[in-house]
Amino acid sequence: MGLVVALLAALGYAIGVAWTGAQQGGLGFLGLFGVVAIVWSLVGYYSGDKMVLAVSGARQVTHAEEPQLFNIVEEMTIASGLPQVPSVYVLEESAPNAFATGRDPRHASIAVTRGIMHRLDREQLQGVIAHEMAHIRNYDIRFETLVGILVGMIALVADFFLRWSFWGGMGRRRSGGGSDGQAGAIFAIVAVVLAIIAPLAAYAVQFAVSRRREYLADATAVELTRNPLGLARALYWIAEDPEPLRHANRATAHLYIANPLKNKKTKEVTSVFDTHPPIRKRIEVLLAMAHAGPEALTAGAAPAAVEATPAPDQTDPPAGDSASARA
Amino acid sequence: MIAIVAIIVILVVLGIIFAVMYNSLVTRRNQVDNSWSQIDVQLKRRHDLIPNLVEAVKDYMSYEQETLTKVTEARAAAISAGNQGPQAQAQAENMLTGTLKSLFAVVENYPDLKANQNVMSLQEELTATENKIAFARQFYNDSVLTYNNKIQTVPSNLIAGMFDFSTRQFFAAPEEDKAVPTVDLR
Repeated sequence: MGLVVALLAALGYAIGVAWTGAQQGGLGFLGLFGVVAIVWSLVGYYSGDKMVLAVSGARQVTHAEEPQLFNIVEEMTIASGLPQVPSVYVLEESAPNAFATGRDPRHASIAVTRGIMHRLDREQLQGVIAHEMAHIRNYDIRFETLVGILVGMIALVADFFLRWSFWGGMGRRRSGGGSDGQAGAIFAIVAVVLAIIAPLAAYAVQFAVSRRREYLADATAVELTRNPLGLARALYWIAEDPEPLRHANRATAHLYIANPLKNKKTKEVTSVFDTHPPIRKRIEVLLAMAHAGPEALTAGAAPAAVEATPAPDQTDPPAGDSASARA
Repeated sequence: MIAIVAIIVILVVLGIIFAVMYNSLVTRRNQVDNSWSQIDVQLKRRHDLIPNLVEAVKDYMSYEQETLTKVTEARAAAISAGNQGPQAQAQAENMLTGTLKSLFAVVENYPDLKANQNVMSLQEELTATENKIAFARQFYNDSVLTYNNKIQTVPSNLIAGMFDFSTRQFFAAPEEDKAVPTVDLR
């Protein structure tokens, strides 16, 4: 968290000096960035969950509409000892996935796709909900919301600065001449380098933490259900499904129980820019907890035949790079 | 002068430690009480659901009156055991769980029943309630374990003794849950 804030500060200072060509300009920009970052974080803190739910096209459901899903969420709330049942949302998508968002256990939401409800049996769905409940209890949802905001801001500012300098802002500054102009030029180079590196570094930090949190949430889920096989089988069937999520983008990918973007099945190696650990490794860990071999995954009934539910047409959310999606 | 200050500082520090330990004992005890009431809520809900289920299935199952009678009796016994402490209550509720399991097993033999929307949703509600009871019991027992540990270990046992914090009973699991799970090597 601190690292991400420091990155934002360094970027702000360098761009400030480059733009105005003076030290005071750097400090001024740093202050401006600080104020904007605080306001932005507050807005995101109180309404980020609603934005994420809106972007992913989720619809809130009641006990009467989805009794089983609601019951499972209630079961896991009781098992985790949380004070309040989270709001339950359904995404009308056939790809199986789920995520949790919010700022604390009293303001939390769990969203699952229609596909995951069709494809998993009760025991497996319980494992998935337990995993999401673990994110809520471990306060991962708050971390993801806040870091998501800051990382998004770094990316936006860097992008903005690079475009500005590309379209001649820098040239004007250089033609100004004088020693101030020279210092400005040096800082301009620093700023450009930072603007390129900072978003990458910020993403790397965010994703590294996100990957560790997934393992922790898997472990907590088992603590809640005392049934490692349920979640292991759920992950197995999620990985078997080749369909990517339509409403997922880079901005919200880290929220989901399994990476909604990439082909998850074949990957063995972790890269710095993965939001999730390889699903196979997660299944291995869960199987080890259950003292079971891989054959336990397919034991019992195969998931129900998929009923293709055509989701209502919705306009696609903005691409991953836009700021609104990331807030 | 220095000695007096030192004594005051030591007394304040001891007072703070005392207060923190006392508060954490009270928090733990409240958590145990609260998690017990969670179990109670679910047990009551199960008692309320059973007559509906019996009503919904009894026309289909004329040959299974005995199973239904057992469920009804176990329910009555569980309700009357409600104020006899965790141990007696757990025993009566576990009996009820057993009879419900045999009822669901019988329902499997009646295709008409399995297709009945009302029976299906009642079955889902009862399954969920069974699970909630199990998870509430799990959380209750975890809370009792933490609380009892605090009461019985140094240094918080000193405060527990002074203010009459007493250990709580666990909510015992049904017999079959205690059995060693058989490992299936397929």
